[in-house]
Amino acid sequence: MIDVNNSTYHDKVVIRLIQFSVIWAVVAMTVGVYLSAELIWPTIDFGQFWLSFGRLRPLHTNGILFGFGVSALMGTAFYSVQRTSHVPLFAPKLAWFCCFAWQLVVLTGGISLLGGMTSSKEYAELEWPFDIAITIVWVCFGIVFFGTIATRKIKQIYISNWFYGSLIIVIAMLHIVNSLAIPVSLTKSYSIYAGAQDAVVQWWYGHNAVGFLMTGGYLGMMYYFLPKQAGRPIWSYRLSVVAFWAFVYSYIWAGPHHLHFSAIPEWVQSLAVVMSIILLLPSWASMINGIMTVSTAWEKLKTDPALKFIVLSLAFYGLATFEGPMMALRSVNVVSHFTDWTIGHVHSGALGWNAMVTYGTFYFLVPRLVGVELHSVRLANIHFWLALAGTMLYIIAMWGAGVSQGLLWLSIDEIGELSFSFKDIMSSMTPYYALRLVAGLIFLGGTVLMAYNLFMTLKGRDAVVVKVPPVDPAYGVNS
Amino acid sequence: MSGLSLHKKLEENIGLLIFGILFVSSLGGLVQILPLLNQDMTEAAKNTRVYSALELTGRDIYIREGCSVCHSQQVRPLIAEIERYGPYSRAEEFIYDRPFLWGSKRTGPDLHRVGGKFSDDWHRVHLVDPRAVVSESIMPGYPWLARRNATQAGNIVAKMRGLRYLGHPYSDEDIEAAPGQLEGLKEIDALIVYLQRLGTAYTGERSQ
Ligand code: HEC
Ligand code: HEM
Ligand code: HEM
Repeated sequence: MIDVNNSTYHDKVVIRLIQFSVIWAVVAMTVGVYLSAELIWPTIDFGQFWLSFGRLRPLHTNGILFGFGVSALMGTAFYSVQRTSHVPLFAPKLAWFCCFAWQLVVLTGGISLLGGMTSSKEYAELEWPFDIAITIVWVCFGIVFFGTIATRKIKQIYISNWFYGSLIIVIAMLHIVNSLAIPVSLTKSYSIYAGAQDAVVQWWYGHNAVGFLMTGGYLGMMYYFLPKQAGRPIWSYRLSVVAFWAFVYSYIWAGPHHLHFSAIPEWVQSLAVVMSIILLLPSWASMINGIMTVSTAWEKLKTDPALKFIVLSLAFYGLATFEGPMMALRSVNVVSHFTDWTIGHVHSGALGWNAMVTYGTFYFLVPRLVGVELHSVRLANIHFWLALAGTMLYIIAMWGAGVSQGLLWLSIDEIGELSFSFKDIMSSMTPYYALRLVAGLIFLGGTVLMAYNLFMTLKGRDAVVVKVPPVDPAYGVNS
Repeated sequence: MSGLSLHKKLEENIGLLIFGILFVSSLGGLVQILPLLNQDMTEAAKNTRVYSALELTGRDIYIREGCSVCHSQQVRPLIAEIERYGPYSRAEEFIYDRPFLWGSKRTGPDLHRVGGKFSDDWHRVHLVDPRAVVSESIMPGYPWLARRNATQAGNIVAKMRGLRYLGHPYSDEDIEAAPGQLEGLKEIDALIVYLQRLGTAYTGERSQ
């Protein structure tokens, strides 16, 4: 019996989340550009505490990761989990709560960072009241997501949902453990961990925030939207399954590669090196799986900017996950650690992978959500080239800066004295920083074009009503 | 049960899948973190001085201003680094650091051994306007630190009580005397006291 169903998907909340995500992208990247400029002209904070580099930088990272990133991940998770489960969202009101409560957390959290409320732990800077608020919203996100899966009409849980699911579960675990602290006032708390222990806990968190937010979540996006956009099933479902478990298992061990040559035990560092090398395999497995999926649809690449973005993002994903394991080797890390090389690595992943896969997904999704064509394919193509140029220029500038910093800091002459003073090395960075500023402006310019394009596509239109299609009994829950 | 049929169960049962993810992802953390949390720090505690009220206030200002996004506090055991900054950092030195401030980026130099390197007066000028002493510096200036009173940087009594709860050896007298020690000082004074003590608080035999 074919299951006839009159319910419809909840897509309005998806549109809203995408809009918020785009706004955060523009805001947080503008902050990134400003930071780049401050490293060239340090006085442009005009003596204002809230424009000071040390306070703006966490605003950039939090605004991007939690504003742009999480809003996009939440929106696309809500969209795809309904389609892959053949049911509307579980608890749609709660989904709306997640949408708005999250924006409120990011907005007020951002302001608190400018006000100097910070734990100083990277990507976990927000103080304890926000930590509690984040936990509440996150649990609600989990209820909506897993509730939808639990009420699904399709027997099999599709692979994209595993990745989104691992994002929700693992980030919850990391966030709670790393944020444990004793509050001493509304705006200040002390970590329950101290010194070297705190360092290990923090980078267990920090590395896996990268792993499960900037990688796991976005792989979920890739595994759903790439096959959709290419009109082909995923190349090897089995490979994606193996890659998933290898990814979940090995990522967790790699955190201490952020603490090479520091005062934590050697064995912890060595274990992290081995695990970082192993990580190359599941990372490249997902990349290859994605690329092979499009391999029979190359002709679409010529005309479809959304697909171009997603395929290019996979190339940068491959680059970042090759560079990462190399930087985890102690002999390379000795040069790269503490330098702009790390910043280059971060942004090859952040711009090339996270931002581009999101852009591709938005170009695919937004017209579809309101049932029209994209406002301008030409603008989207221009955006593609701006994004590519901006990313390349950013990475090249930071490689130049990072490698020279790293080598010059370490260089000693024949009689064992330092060859260069810190100040001289610092002064020689200006050209690289200027190049990075240009790169940032180009990338930001592209993002603004997209914001305009999506705004015009959405303007005055409402979400099209999509009925939940009938389920083929062969794949149904009761088969 | 063969691997494949086990996996088929996971693919079709959301409860099992959630449990599977939680189990697999917690292994690494348990192995790496638990042994560290159980380490015996009594020896280190005997030889390390806890932060005074003024130093603690300075440290919290350092955190508030985000100095750690540009400065590391972690000298690595490399010849060039020991030459440039001083003896490399040891775990015992950080037992009262909540949170740790090792940093991940050196836009400015490492500060773990900066204590005693410059005079208080040099810091006072440098922090307000770095370019007054290092003409090409790209460090931001912090003029407001010279205007704000040290007592404005949070309730010192509540802070020390919180830390005592976490095991820092503060006596009742220490805590009672704290507000008086901040009286009449500016935030910049507290920050300088903190900078001058960096890397000097450990008095015991160095292990390793
Ligand atoms: C934008 C990054 C940046 C931030 C934020 C920053 N600094 Fe710096 N700092 C530098 C640079 C670059 C230098 C080297 C040039 C100089 O001496 O001014 C430096 C030098 C120093 C020095 C001299 C170290 C030495 O051995 O020569 C001290 C001390 C210092 N900073 C303290 C601080 C404190 C305290 C804060 C927070 C209130 C802070 N810095 C915030 C970039 C930064
Ligand atoms: C196999 C995969 C990867 C490995 C093994 C890896 C490894 C590393 C290493 C060794 C560092 C330098 C740590 C240091 O010296 O301080 C680093 C930093 C970083 N990586 Fe990766 N990386 C990988 C993939 C990625 C991806 C895909 C992204 C993002 C999209 C990413 C984001 C970051 C970030 C944000 C940092 C900076 C952390 C900080 O210091 O604040 N990494 N990574
Ligand atoms: C217009 C684009 C961007 C510009 C100009 C920019 C600029 C910057 C700058 C100047 C820094 C500080 C570097 C330093 O301290 O030396 C930074 C850090 C960082 N940015 Fe960006 N950024 C951009 C986009 C992004 C995006 C899209 C992401 C994430 C998806 C991102 C994630 C990060 C992270 C995680 C860090 C911290 C790195 C670390 O601690 O090692 N940025 N960015």
